[in-house]
Amino acid sequence: MIPCNTPLLRKILVAFIRDEVRKVGLGRVVLGLSGGVDSSLSAFLAAEALGPANVLGVRLPYRTSSRESLEDAQRVVGQLGIASLTIDITPQVDSYFELFPDADKRRRGNKMARERMTILYDQSAKWQALVLGTSNKTELLLGYGTLHGDMASAVNPIGDLYKTQVWALAEAMGVPESIVEKEPSADLFAGQTDESDLGFGYREVDRFLYLMVDERYSTAELEGAGFEREFIRRVSDMVRGSQFKRRLPIIAKVSHRTIDRDFRYARDWGL
Amino acid sequence: MSSDGKFIAAAAQLSPRLGDVEANLGLYEKSIAEARGRGADLVVFSELSLTGYTLRDMVSTVALRLDGPELKHLRRLSQKIAIVVGLVEETPSFRFHNSAVLLDRGEIVAVHRKVYLPTYGMFDEQRYFARGSQIRAFDCRFGRGAILICEDLWHPSTAYLAALDDALFILCPSASPLRGISEGQQQDDNARYWEMINRFYTTTFSVSLVYSNRVGFEDGVGFWGGSEILDAAGERVAKASYYEPDLVVGEVRSKVARRRRVAAPLLRDEDLDLTINELIRIRGRLTKLESRGEVAVLKPVRAGAARARRAKRS
Repeated sequence: MIPCNTPLLRKILVAFIRDEVRKVGLGRVVLGLSGGVDSSLSAFLAAEALGPANVLGVRLPYRTSSRESLEDAQRVVGQLGIASLTIDITPQVDSYFELFPDADKRRRGNKMARERMTILYDQSAKWQALVLGTSNKTELLLGYGTLHGDMASAVNPIGDLYKTQVWALAEAMGVPESIVEKEPSADLFAGQTDESDLGFGYREVDRFLYLMVDERYSTAELEGAGFEREFIRRVSDMVRGSQFKRRLPIIAKVSHRTIDRDFRYARDWGL
Repeated sequence: MSSDGKFIAAAAQLSPRLGDVEANLGLYEKSIAEARGRGADLVVFSELSLTGYTLRDMVSTVALRLDGPELKHLRRLSQKIAIVVGLVEETPSFRFHNSAVLLDRGEIVAVHRKVYLPTYGMFDEQRYFARGSQIRAFDCRFGRGAILICEDLWHPSTAYLAALDDALFILCPSASPLRGISEGQQQDDNARYWEMINRFYTTTFSVSLVYSNRVGFEDGVGFWGGSEILDAAGERVAKASYYEPDLVVGEVRSKVARRRRVAAPLLRDEDLDLTINELIRIRGRLTKLESRGEVAVLKPVRAGAARARRAKRS
């Protein structure tokens, strides 16, 4: 139901990476490789756009990260022949939480995501590369990601693709089957899965978000399409409640010309 | 009118650099040389190709005066080949238009200021540009033609006016963003809509069309290219590649329009007075509704209901 023309998507997204990276005067990207389908697909697209030698996949495990995730990430590195690096984030995360031993899973998970992103940005400076984003449209809309953590990036090729589209394109591009077919997980703690965190399945919520966002269905129309009233309320609240994650911080206006309000330029202005 | 009623047109499909007029002038020079080398009499560049599209607050800093040095340079380049330039035009009273200018033999032959500035969805043009107020055909050494810019052509009234004003060809600089990825299609949805309307206008109004679109990305928005030259029977004379820079050349022949207009003299039969009278009536009706604070679209429903009531009574 959600259109997914994989040959066309591949062509557009490869051209996007090439254009937006080279325009900056660079030819390389860095991305975190979690072993999941989103970062794997981003790596495949980047390798096709820039050549495998110009893509650095960084594995950033924490001591509780699953072994399979690391292996899957390595499989992507091996299959594409991209550059890779593995940095254990355990010491820097644990030394911080020694000060706050009571911190819950959510704080710890967010901290890990942010530590990973600081490393990717540092590597991007070292390697003269852009940080490639790996957040998909489903998680961006639901706010299922860490602000300034995995949601950060310089360019994101898959941010307008729902999870189900990511699966389809990953399969079409030859991402290893074990990665495409495994249950999605943020892998922040053992046994975590996205669908148990969220309380619904990606296929269901993607169909819902597609109708609500892309097709502009009203609540009544969504009910007519078979969604429960409670589900509609819950997901709509998640989208609205996470709007702050999709925007720059708000700035108190005092001058005649305020950044992003009446000082308006494309990001490509700076290039 | 050229003596034999035909000319060679080129569509230059570039990826301009946002906000960098000098760099884009360099791209223009290369395309002009290539078009000349391939025998073109006229080369059409895409909308805002001298400046890039997503200008926002840059509009006033990249704007050019028609009597300025950049135009003078371009006029010199037009000594051997006519050029349609896509630029931000600054008027003497400091208005900024999204304009296309036809230069030929060192002179400005025609200027079209985009009338329909899309300001919805992903577009924000009316925030930055002043609206053009004319749709006019003009005479040039290739015959009589008209320039319409991108969204202008999504309003059938513009092509209709150009055709009634005796344009035999339309030159359309465009900056059309790709979007929509329907399954089983080679191109995005927007490319296919455009190709449909291009074919529709050329067949319906028996006019030729040089459609010049851009490529490249600006802030993640891609432009689909696919520039094309269609004859007055709606057949493709030339087609550029999608999503990458290209330059295509094709012959525009007025005899195709003649053949079409002999076979189906639709423009001859067009009843101008009827159109004008009905437009005046419609304008009056909308004005009246507006002054009563009613929403125009409610009227047909009410009229329909009233008719139904009358029908019931009779």
